[in-house]
Amino acid sequence: MGSDIKSDVEYIHTNEALTFMQGVKDCIPTLLGYIGIGIAAGVIGTSAHLSIFEIGLLSALVYAGASQFIICAMLVAMSPPSAIIATTFIVNLRHFLMSAALAPHFTSYSLLRNVGIGALLTDESFGVASLRTSKGLPINDRWMNGLNVTAYITWIMACMAGGWIGSWIGNSEALGLDFALTAMFLALLVLQLAALPSSKLRHYLFLIACTIIAVYILSSFFSIYMAVLLATIICAAIGAVTEK
Amino acid sequence: MKVDLTVFLIIVGCALVTIIPRILPFAIIRRLQLPKPFTKWLSYIPVCLLTALVVQGAIRQTDSIPAINGLHLLIMLPTLFIAMKTKSLLITVITGVLCAALVRLIF
Repeated sequence: MGSDIKSDVEYIHTNEALTFMQGVKDCIPTLLGYIGIGIAAGVIGTSAHLSIFEIGLLSALVYAGASQFIICAMLVAMSPPSAIIATTFIVNLRHFLMSAALAPHFTSYSLLRNVGIGALLTDESFGVASLRTSKGLPINDRWMNGLNVTAYITWIMACMAGGWIGSWIGNSEALGLDFALTAMFLALLVLQLAALPSSKLRHYLFLIACTIIAVYILSSFFSIYMAVLLATIICAAIGAVTEK
Repeated sequence: MKVDLTVFLIIVGCALVTIIPRILPFAIIRRLQLPKPFTKWLSYIPVCLLTALVVQGAIRQTDSIPAINGLHLLIMLPTLFIAMKTKSLLITVITGVLCAALVRLIF
């Protein structure tokens, strides 16, 4: 009986330590990525003839780096609104997978809190959160909100700053800012693998090889965003089936 | 502070299709118990998705078979090395951006 109470206290303590501020702190390593990509997205917004206010609105409402690049590119190409919206939908379908993977950890909270967490989920906040869960560490709503809100505010400010400096920076690709996105995914992947027990590493490396091949093959039949989505769905299934 | 009406409607439309996949799992999963094979499948999503997103950057779609972006691979190698060596998100991103800027300066 006594030990039960003790473990309860310990549980509350570790959970208590996971504050909003801890979420803010855990977000800091990813901020440079958000700032780099955000500025780039803002610069591209300017080149698509969006006003700074429109760039701010875009980043606050859509809040997805890849989509914002695509929306701007399609605006420049004078694509019809329906095509822009449909493409954005496909590009962001991957969020469904990320939300589905994280949602089971937040089932004890109210619907409103869940919707709040889901609405601000990004590739990076998902990466940071799933890094914790794959290590078996707890996550809670306050910590997740700290992570999400920090990223959200940083993103909007970076996009608007990018829109502002867009007029005199010229080419953001020359500065390497566009690569911040890939570098961040690469780092999150390596961190995921480093957190694995060595017995599982071989299985995951096999899956990575499958995914690389799948994306390459699928991208000759589908748009690159559809290829990413399909490769993830298929290769995660291969992972589940071949698990020992 | 001008907002073009068409641009505004596009932004709102894109916002809707972006937020739905984000919040839907959070709204429904809390109501039902997930079957074991499904949670198993979900556990493999992060690594597969991150791999796919990395590969996405290195592929250039053409009319025939997709081409591999050699410059991108060239930037990726030192970035991957630094990621494995430091296991730091921040240092990896800085390395990646610097390498990208350097490679584009040279080529």
